[in-house]
Amino acid sequence: MRRILIMGATSAIAEATAREFAARGAALFLVGRNADRLAAIADDLRLRGAVQVDTHLMDARELSRYPQLVDAATQCLGGLDTALIAHGTLSDQPAAQASIEVLLDELQVNALSHMALCTELGNRFEAQGHGCIAVISSVAGDRGRQSNYVYGAAKAAVSAFTSGLRQRLHSKGVHVLTIKPGFVDTPMTAAFRKGPLWATPATVGKAIVGAIQRGTPVLYTPWFWWPIMQIIRNIPETIFRRLKL
Amino acid sequence: MRGHGVSWGRLPGAAQQLLPVRSRHEALPDLPSMLPWGNGRSYGDSCRNDGGVLLDSGALDRYIAFDPATGVIDVEAGVLLSAIIDLALPNGWFLSVTPGTRAVTVGGAIANDVHGKNHHRAGSFGHHVLGFELLRSDGTVLPCSPTENPEWFAATIGGLGLTGLIRRARLQLKRVAGPWLRGDSQRFGSLAEYIAIAAASERDWEYTVAWLDCSAAGRRLGRGIFMRANHVPSPAAGAAPPAPGGSLRLPFTPPLSAVNGLSLRLFNTLYFHRPAAAARDALWHYRPYFYPLDAIGDWNRMYGPQGFYQYQCVVPQADAERVLTEMLQRIAASGLGSFLVVLKTFGEHAARGLLSFPRPGVTLAVDFPNRGERTLALLDALDALTRSAGGAVYPAKDARMSAAAFQQYFPQWQAFARHVDPKFTSSFWRRVTGSTTQ
Repeated sequence: MRRILIMGATSAIAEATAREFAARGAALFLVGRNADRLAAIADDLRLRGAVQVDTHLMDARELSRYPQLVDAATQCLGGLDTALIAHGTLSDQPAAQASIEVLLDELQVNALSHMALCTELGNRFEAQGHGCIAVISSVAGDRGRQSNYVYGAAKAAVSAFTSGLRQRLHSKGVHVLTIKPGFVDTPMTAAFRKGPLWATPATVGKAIVGAIQRGTPVLYTPWFWWPIMQIIRNIPETIFRRLKL
Repeated sequence: MRGHGVSWGRLPGAAQQLLPVRSRHEALPDLPSMLPWGNGRSYGDSCRNDGGVLLDSGALDRYIAFDPATGVIDVEAGVLLSAIIDLALPNGWFLSVTPGTRAVTVGGAIANDVHGKNHHRAGSFGHHVLGFELLRSDGTVLPCSPTENPEWFAATIGGLGLTGLIRRARLQLKRVAGPWLRGDSQRFGSLAEYIAIAAASERDWEYTVAWLDCSAAGRRLGRGIFMRANHVPSPAAGAAPPAPGGSLRLPFTPPLSAVNGLSLRLFNTLYFHRPAAAARDALWHYRPYFYPLDAIGDWNRMYGPQGFYQYQCVVPQADAERVLTEMLQRIAASGLGSFLVVLKTFGEHAARGLLSFPRPGVTLAVDFPNRGERTLALLDALDALTRSAGGAVYPAKDARMSAAAFQQYFPQWQAFARHVDPKFTSSFWRRVTGSTTQ
């Protein structure tokens, strides 16, 4: 039985992933900000087969509470093998361009908090000699674009951080998974026009569980984002700076 | 992807904005023109709101509680019937009433008071709803059941989503021995023969339905295949056909309708004469039995870019043979019919909803590729027959009935109208009430 901490458990991708784990009889510790929504998700996951579901209220900005959080999850579940870090916001690019305060808050929520929790979990999993840390980054972190470079910069930081952490912990038996979803049809992206590149949270959730089980280092999901991002990453800056992306 | 506000008939029209409802704990947006959207399986415009917003309930897809001892399940309104089967069937429970697709939401099943092949025994979906929670645009939350807010319960069952957003519902499931059904198929040569077989089968058979050859004319008019079945315990291992596996999908829309006079006659003749049409003892898994078309994803695309109409009417038993014969003559003469023609005799159960469609009589459902004015003229002619017989047409399937026809079919529509949320409306509702406001 897998014992899993899910940070940002009310996000659509986290919930879809949790359903996959529940169907496999996992024990889950869900962290989020909204008590009603956490409770509704917990009831649902129990009926889907989770052997245990606990919930924990917390704002991801409270970095100093992460050691207590991991203690609580470990105690509740009687140990911890897996963590999915899935919280975040889709930054308001114009607002973050205009205000340093907004910019710093975006980086706090979408990058620093991930690094802080990864640090705490990494050290504990290193000490116990096993574990999996799965972190949701984004294809947006592969290259900064004018339309969302604040979000992209935060995700680039998460991708680079988890890459280094993966190298450090690989020989210690700890798996670090960097997840790079493309466009996912979630409430976070409700305002966007949807085209053929859009995936459902259920598709992404299945891919995440598969990658955790196989020990994949980096997951582009759906898979076709890997070739797309190879092309986008290799466009020379002299051309890229003229593009409207 | 979730359909973008295109209804199942795929009739041409602008795509619509879907606004997701994220959680059953959140308030409705403050907008002047809203309509709940389930999974888009209504055929016409009852699930459309041109110029307004569709409230996408797809994210309201959580189980809330399930008691395997009593078969009572409590779910959010966007849960699909397939998800209920997934949870309940391994515990020996099944839907008390199921329509011909399991890809509909619970909210949609209530809002259309859907029916199935066991209507003569079990009534319609609304008969098995223990209660639900209705959210009105002014923020009021109404718990509804046969005893609590009963007038809102009656307005919302079959109420086409117009009375407010159903957020959650409690359903009574039925005990079954497993996923298998056993029964038989037999050919019949006329409508009179159909009516006699249906009447004779009601007592011993839980599920009865017939497929009709709508391309047959003259002496063959009204021929078809009658199918009936009951739930049975799972057969011994090895004795059962393998449970169905994956599904196919129509990956694109052909440029022209694949349904035309030639393909129609060919299909209908082959289907009528295939050996399984006279199986004396057949064993079916519930999926191919109840949901044959769910195995072909997006089958509605086969009608091409112009989409299709479905016409489903019910006519009183006494006149059924005469009226349906005349309808079939018109359909056969027009050459506009389709593969999918279904006949079913409804039982006597009085429906619970003010706008419920099922009522005693024989119901006929026919698909028609959209060939513009010719198709609309045929459907108007069918409506004239339905009206003269005192029957009704099913709003969930409709995209064109006149306001006068609707108001005759649903004499309680004005009592219903008093329960419509002031900020809720649909393209269908505006059409059949002759209202131009959104």
